[in-house]
Amino acid sequence: MNHVVCIAYVPDTETKIKIGSDGKSIDEADVKWIVSPYDEFALEEAIKAKEAKGGTVTVVTYGPARADVGLRECLARGADEAIRIASEGIADVDSLGVAQMLAGAIKTLKYDVVWLGNKGVGTDAQVMVPMVAEFLDLPHVNLVTKIEWKAGAVTAWREIEGAKEVVECPLPAVIGAQKGLNEPRYASLKGIMAAKKKQIAVKKPAEVGVDAAAMSGDKSPVRWTKLELPPARQAVKLVPADDPAKAAEELLRLLRDEAKVL
Amino acid sequence: MANVLVFIEQRDGKIRKASLEALTLGRNLAKKSGGSVAAVVAGSGIAGLTGELSAYGAAKVFVADHADLALYSCEGYVAALDAAAKAFSPNVVLVSATTMGKDVAPRFAARKKAGMLSDVMALDIEGGNLVGNRSVYSGKARATVAPAAGAALQIATPRPNVFPASKDAPGAGEIVNLDLAGLKIRAKVVKLETSEAGELDVAEADKIVTGGRGIKGPESWPILRGLCKELGAALGASRAAVDAGWIDHSHQVGQTGKVVSPSLYVACGVSGAIQHLAGMGSSKVIVAINKDPEAPIFKVATYGVVGDLFQIVPAMTEAAKKMKG
Repeated sequence: MNHVVCIAYVPDTETKIKIGSDGKSIDEADVKWIVSPYDEFALEEAIKAKEAKGGTVTVVTYGPARADVGLRECLARGADEAIRIASEGIADVDSLGVAQMLAGAIKTLKYDVVWLGNKGVGTDAQVMVPMVAEFLDLPHVNLVTKIEWKAGAVTAWREIEGAKEVVECPLPAVIGAQKGLNEPRYASLKGIMAAKKKQIAVKKPAEVGVDAAAMSGDKSPVRWTKLELPPARQAVKLVPADDPAKAAEELLRLLRDEAKVL
Repeated sequence: MANVLVFIEQRDGKIRKASLEALTLGRNLAKKSGGSVAAVVAGSGIAGLTGELSAYGAAKVFVADHADLALYSCEGYVAALDAAAKAFSPNVVLVSATTMGKDVAPRFAARKKAGMLSDVMALDIEGGNLVGNRSVYSGKARATVAPAAGAALQIATPRPNVFPASKDAPGAGEIVNLDLAGLKIRAKVVKLETSEAGELDVAEADKIVTGGRGIKGPESWPILRGLCKELGAALGASRAAVDAGWIDHSHQVGQTGKVVSPSLYVACGVSGAIQHLAGMGSSKVIVAINKDPEAPIFKVATYGVVGDLFQIVPAMTEAAKKMKG
């Protein structure tokens, strides 16, 4: 069984976000980049399935050359091949555009399962799993916390508000990973050494059948026109804690009478 | 002029409050731009829901009532939305950004190749074009977002709990049954497993009480649950508490958990790591209870108590009981 894992290379969750000089994107100067944490769950599950049943794991991303570092990390953990659709020279592309780029690259491969994290921790749009599935005309299951393999199909447990949906889905399919699916492994030294020798296939959007000019910059279906830091919060009002019962009563009074949330 | 179509989420024949928020928002956008608002609902045996939707102002209600749609199906529900869109030709489609909405809307957007403003916390219409504001980088920044000007179809998913829901002069509520002949569903929900019976989920709660490393262990959850019960709040957990194995990940608030905007967030023994603040920083009122006066959580808190949560939280539960009297 062959697997494709789409990854996003995003600012580290520890990163302090600064607004760029254009006022509509982030200042990338001090940003440390990581493979989005949810994509790690997707990759781990693909590698586990490959180890159990054979096949290959190919990782795919859309991005600039720095994303090669992320792809190589995935190779070190056990992926076999890596493809980067190069974003160099292309103006801003929104989620819909990225989904078409990824789907274009996936169509050039032989695969049974396409994996993604249920969200990147960058733009947080949380749209990539259903969009990629639609562009591939495949069924999808998102927010998956457990999976069981059957002949030509999977049973997947999908996390919804206060419950799990048990979904039966024929393959090929697109699966969106949620935290809880597994514990991602670290790369072994041997894996890191082997990854250094592997080639990353860098492709232009046109090579995966996508007209980037038609979906970027002013033609992008969605554009960010302004980026700001969240509004600053007022300074905290401290309630003395000497007498817990009094503190609790005062707190509740403030919530009811001042903040009006009770 | 913008005609607005709103996708309505129902489970077990009950309309989600978040969908009524989206319908109210859709009605206001339509009114502002001189258009009309319609609703589309999918399920099985749901004819009884149309009255409530017209009470919220829907001029038309599209109904996809089909045995195969009894449980959620992305393919099925998108087919219903698509059929309604073909009949109504909306300029704007709204789908509340619930777990279901975040599944339906992107698949529909891809089918239409239409721009989608995801999980917006503010949404307006200017000259027939949507403009929204959304939280990005897990709450560390806010982006103003807009579809390409003049796009024929513009989609947005409003965040639950942010926009008000209100009834209005009833809409005509003309019922249009959708024919989904030839419906093909590949990914099938075969059953629902309720994780913790009837527990409110943090993603849709208006009030949240969260425990962090400071609660010291899973044996402390009953203390927090007691306060949850009195306040009508959902139980949240920090990443530290989840990674320690004290509670299921479905409770986690933060960058690798759920990003929430309740009206009241009570953080108990939560230090306030940057990833946690990212996930709850847009809450309306934040209460922090922590022994460490230097804990970063106090930087975002509205009210704070520097003290022992094992004393303060039970006292709050008692005080809340008394207040309800």
